[in-house]
Amino acid sequence: MALDDAHRAAERVARESYGRLIALLAGRTHDVAGAEDALGDAFAAALRTWPADGVPGNPDAWLLTAARRRQTDVIRRRQVRTAAEEQVKLIVNEIEAMADQRDAIPDRRLALMFACAHPAIDPAMRTPLILQTILGLTAEDIASAFLVSPATMGQRLVRAKTRIRDAGIPFRVPDQEELPERLAAVLDAIYAAYTKGWNEVSGDGISELADEAIWLGELTVSLLPDEPEAKGLLALMLYTTARRATRYDAAGTFVPLERQDTNLWERPLIARAEHHLNQANAAGPSGRYQIEAAIQSAHVARRLTGVANWAAVVALYDHLFALTGSPVVILNRAVARAELDGPHAALADLAPLESDKRMFAYQPYWAARGHLLSLAGDTASAAQALTVAIGLTTDKAEKGYLSARLASLQGDPRTQT
Amino acid sequence: MRFMMLIHHDEAALAAAPQKELWADYGAFNQALAKAEGASTGLRLQPSSAATTVRQHDGKTEVLDGPYADTKEQFAGYFFVEAPSLDEAIVWAKRCPSSRYGSIEIRPVVDPTTGVKG
Repeated sequence: MALDDAHRAAERVARESYGRLIALLAGRTHDVAGAEDALGDAFAAALRTWPADGVPGNPDAWLLTAARRRQTDVIRRRQVRTAAEEQVKLIVNEIEAMADQRDAIPDRRLALMFACAHPAIDPAMRTPLILQTILGLTAEDIASAFLVSPATMGQRLVRAKTRIRDAGIPFRVPDQEELPERLAAVLDAIYAAYTKGWNEVSGDGISELADEAIWLGELTVSLLPDEPEAKGLLALMLYTTARRATRYDAAGTFVPLERQDTNLWERPLIARAEHHLNQANAAGPSGRYQIEAAIQSAHVARRLTGVANWAAVVALYDHLFALTGSPVVILNRAVARAELDGPHAALADLAPLESDKRMFAYQPYWAARGHLLSLAGDTASAAQALTVAIGLTTDKAEKGYLSARLASLQGDPRTQT
Repeated sequence: MRFMMLIHHDEAALAAAPQKELWADYGAFNQALAKAEGASTGLRLQPSSAATTVRQHDGKTEVLDGPYADTKEQFAGYFFVEAPSLDEAIVWAKRCPSSRYGSIEIRPVVDPTTGVKG
């Protein structure tokens, strides 16, 4: 365990250095692939050797020296120098001169994230680009989370990087006027990484991808300390992560929030989440992530104090719906409303979703419907909805939970006719 | 970077637009463009009904009455801007009155000193 921690710490430093150097090089040349070529082997060597040999005193300088050595080799072998390589070499020289004082190297990672999440980049590629450029994840690492083959992911990443260079996508934090909209794309990309990581792992804990997303969230907060939505997103991720150990029971079956053992919740993470959310709320009008974090905060407070606060939860969902107009919000609001006004009121709220095609193959819709119908005593319809939900579930833990609910519904003697 | 801005009009939407206001907007836009560094005012083309398309196949020349592609939005004109990045080019596209009656395609121009990259 201690060794694992040391490994993770070394990896963290390597990623930190790597992302900063990629951002600096790519920001100057507008050539992300060229920057990765220059530093990729050095980074791989760092991931191999630092966990065992320890982290060097100046990680940036170590990476740059390794990158320089390798570049010189390549150039010597090929006997040709391209303009891009020359440029990279010049910049490496310049950075090496500054590398004694690490703080002298400007942190351009935020600018790189804005380039990766630019509106001219395919939204589906924004998260993979950030994961690769800022964190150095390989196409293989990313492909498995996005359910495509590593070769396909590799090609799409190459295409996106070529587009950043050739279309003239800038590497900079947008002006105040454009910042809210453009920051939303960056935050969405980080949250997409988090939810991928969160859904990917069954059983104990949480995948590395979710941890990386939290780290990116912390990075964004540290680089944009005045943006409440960045803090809101970080708080949201910390709240849900705090409950990771209680998501599944010993048998690996999903445990709903209301039955989780709060003694196993990670209080330090909850405290950090509360801190960021309070700061975010003090800073101005609430955006989507702040409201979602506030909903999580309300859930935590209810479970810890035992005082029902469903009216507040429903009100927060109303805010969220006004912002997003999302059918998923209608769904979650209805489940909360059932606790306040009973299942019949909640089912009436779901009526507009019944003809919504997006819901037909949306597992949480059928699971929530099954839950509400069983509360309402409509056993036959509840069983039908739960059966559809089970059919749509890929997660083993959740399948186990829904199957148990279906079995108890069908085995309940009061419902036998 | 130098960008060519290709104007595509929905000709029906353009015809339905309040003409006086539209061409007043265009006058102002062209003046702003003429003042901008590295920009040049563009050219407006006759509607697609005046287009002719020519192809050569196995030595035979095919002359067709009509535009290259018969789509809702038709190529209608162009202008150039010089901009540090795509973001400033997008701002010019938003300023162009035609973006309200069709679309502006932004294409970076190949720099003859570096050629086509990648």
